[in-house]
Parts: sequence; structure tokens; C-alpha cells
Amino acid sequence: MKEFAYFPGCSLEKMAISYHLSALETTRKLGIKLSEIEDWNCCGATAYYNIDELLTDTLCARNLAIAEKTGLELVAPCSACYKNMYFTADHLKKDPDLADHINFALEEDNLHYKGTVKVKHLIEVFVQDIGMEELKAKATHPLNGTKVAPYYGCQILRPRKDHEDVEQPQFFEELLSSIGATPVNYPLKMRCCGGSLILSSRTAALGMVRNLLQSAVDAQASVIATACPMCQVNLECYQQQVNQEFGTNFSVPIMYFTQLVGLAMGISKKKLGIGKEFVAVAPSLLQAGQN
Amino acid sequence: MADTITFSEEVSNLLYATEGEPLKTCIQCGTCSGTCPVAGYMDHTPRQIIALINQGRKEEVLNSNTYWYCASCYHCTVRCPQEINISELMYALKRYSIWKHQHKEGLVGPTFSEAFVKMIIRTGRSFEPILAPSYIFSFNLREFLLEVQNATELLLKGRLPILPARIKRMDNFKRMLGRIIPMGGLE
Repeated sequence: MKEFAYFPGCSLEKMAISYHLSALETTRKLGIKLSEIEDWNCCGATAYYNIDELLTDTLCARNLAIAEKTGLELVAPCSACYKNMYFTADHLKKDPDLADHINFALEEDNLHYKGTVKVKHLIEVFVQDIGMEELKAKATHPLNGTKVAPYYGCQILRPRKDHEDVEQPQFFEELLSSIGATPVNYPLKMRCCGGSLILSSRTAALGMVRNLLQSAVDAQASVIATACPMCQVNLECYQQQVNQEFGTNFSVPIMYFTQLVGLAMGISKKKLGIGKEFVAVAPSLLQAGQN
Repeated sequence: MADTITFSEEVSNLLYATEGEPLKTCIQCGTCSGTCPVAGYMDHTPRQIIALINQGRKEEVLNSNTYWYCASCYHCTVRCPQEINISELMYALKRYSIWKHQHKEGLVGPTFSEAFVKMIIRTGRSFEPILAPSYIFSFNLREFLLEVQNATELLLKGRLPILPARIKRMDNFKRMLGRIIPMGGLE
């Protein structure tokens, strides 16, 4: 059984509890152990950067130092947490002066970051560590061609972290295919949902949500799959407001990829946190997963 | 007379993560503006804001909503042929505008960001309800009611925290931050 240090992030404690539940349940059945790191703090989302870069790196470095003590790779299910911690690790590796400065601060919490932690997004664990073959083998209740829009969003892919394909990625499609779903091709799959703007620049964010939903619906998707709590909340909880604002009639369920994987593995909907949605998941999809 | 630096150099100096930022190398191709999902809502497109910076038109930059509308999606950044990290530039402009206490009227971003950071410094964790006062007054009555409706539904579905979470080693955490930022500034 492979083990990872797990950083759930603030959203997964409540707002995106379904993501947390389904992540733990599916990984456990796939032979992966996610061990939550002790006393972690908020990664800072996008707001820290607006105030101070050094502060952002320090807060992320505290989590990295705590994770480093476990000797494991660090996994974040939220794209924003992942991006922040990935780049803090990167900055600290490239800049010894910055690392010294931040380690001086970390001393106050009896921590020291040596710079050895590898940061991964949860979907990378599914794609790289578990792999499509294994997912296919464990999908005892394949999703029978349910049309799913894979929504990459921003920060899994961008800014470029390694050699990943930032223009035409296919890993989300492959993951969905491996559990028997049919991924639809739609032009806005990597377009930002406006999650960080929903409270501060509402008009812009609602317009962005609308464009995304329209693009997925035009491609006949019956559900949108996400790998980020910010995207899920933005696309789902603001769907009704989009309908009121633009006179549209969207009713698209937005599910975490872990929930879809779980359904395909025959895990009960309760264990996957299904039932807490604003837009109910179609009974046909739930059945596909339970047959 | 002492030498002074230009506005463009001043902005470049604010970019730690992208040290040596080649703002000056911008060829004004507009790939960033064509890529940006929020450009339609901005006073100036990303291409225009870079042009304004390079021309030293500081007042226009400080009074633009552009960087406060940046969603940090990094789409422009990965496509820029000159490898300018435009998203980091937008962050730098937000910081600059906060430090100068100057921004376009009616923007929620500056107050929201400060409220967010203060919240983290107090508890180490994010707790959404505490942030409401920083943006709720910008809503009209209809928007306010829609937001209340959303919050109520989240609460009913068990998705809204009632009490703020806190990290355990709060004292250490505060002392740690004290070694990084002058605490007086945010407390």
C-alpha cells in the first residue's frame, strides 16, 4: 500500500466535504493511504499574494515542513492549494536566501524545511500512481457511456509546473474513459471558472460560469467532472444565479472526479458524499454506478 | 539630483517570484488579451496595462480595475511568447495599489484580500462567514438575497461551517508570522 501525506485544505472540511469523503474512500479501495498532516494551516488561496509574497511562501512552507517530517509525497486535492504549495517548494529550492529567511520564521514553531517534499495534485495520484489499467480493473460498475465533461480549470495545469501539456491535455479524458464514461470534447475545458472572483467581481464571474456551462451543455454533457473545490462550488452553487441573471435554464450536476470513480467502483453514494448537491445527480447515473 | 527609477522599473521590483521580469520585452502581440477570460470586464486589457506601465502612465494604471479583475488563471502566462509572467504582474499591481492606498472606487478586491489575510493570521484557517462584511455591502438587494439563499442552502446541506476552525499551535504560528511581517500592519 502506497502512502501519501494529505493536505485537505480548508474547503474540504465543510464546503467540499463530499470531495474529502470520496477521495478517502476511493483511494483506500485502490490501495492508497492518505494520511492527513497534523496542524496544517490555510494555503492562502489567491488572497495572500495580493498582500505579500513572503507571507504566502511562509504559510505554505509551514505545511511543507510538517509534511517533510513524514518522509512522504504531499497530496492536495484542491488546485489552488496544490499550486501554492508546489510553487513555494519551487521558490525555496531555487533561492537559498529565501529558504533561510523562512526557516528563521519556522523556528518559532520548531520546524525546519530542508526542501525535499514533492507536491502532487490528487488527480495526479489517480493518473500516475494508480494508473488507468488499475482504475479499469477496479471499475466493476462502469458508467456505461455517461457523457461527462472533464473540467480541468486553471491551476492543475497552469502555470506550467513541469513538462505537462498545457494546451491539449488528455489525462482527465483518459481517466473518465477508464471508468466507462464517455468524455465529451468542449472548447472551454481549460478556461477559468472565475472562482476567485465570485465574491469580489460578481458580474464577471457569473458571466464566466455561464460560458462554461453553455460550452459543456452544447457538447451534450450530462455532468461536469471537476478536480477542485473552488470550481465545484462556483459552477454548482451559482448556477441558479446565472439562470436568473441571463435567463438561461441550466441544471447540470457538477461532480468531483473521485465521486465518479467511486460510483464506478460500486461504492455507495452516501460514502461518496452524494446528496449534498444544489443540482441533484441524475438517478440514471447513480444507477449506472450501482448496477 | 538623485537618480530615480521609472514606474516600469518600480513595478518590476515588486516581482519576487519572477525576478528579472522582462516587462520591457513585451511586443504588444495581444496574445494575453485574446486569451484572458475576464478581458471583457477590464478597463484595460492585459496588453494595454503593460503598455501603460512601460510608458510610465502610473495614474491610469492605479485607477484601472484590470488587475483586480484578474482571476489568477495563468492562461496568459503560459502563452506569452516573451515568457512574461503576466499573472504575477497582476498580483504585484494589486500589492502596489494596496500599499499606495489608491485604487478605483467601488472595487471589493482590496478590502476582501485584507480581510482574508487578517482572518488567516488570527486562526490559521479559512472561515468564509467572517469575510462577508468585506463584500456584502457591494451587492444590491437582489444580489444580497441571492447570496443569503445560497448560504442557507449550504447550511441545510451541511456544507457551511458554523464555528471557525483554528490551528492548534496558534501562539507559535503568530510568533512565526511576526518574524516575517510587521504585525502592527495587519492586526
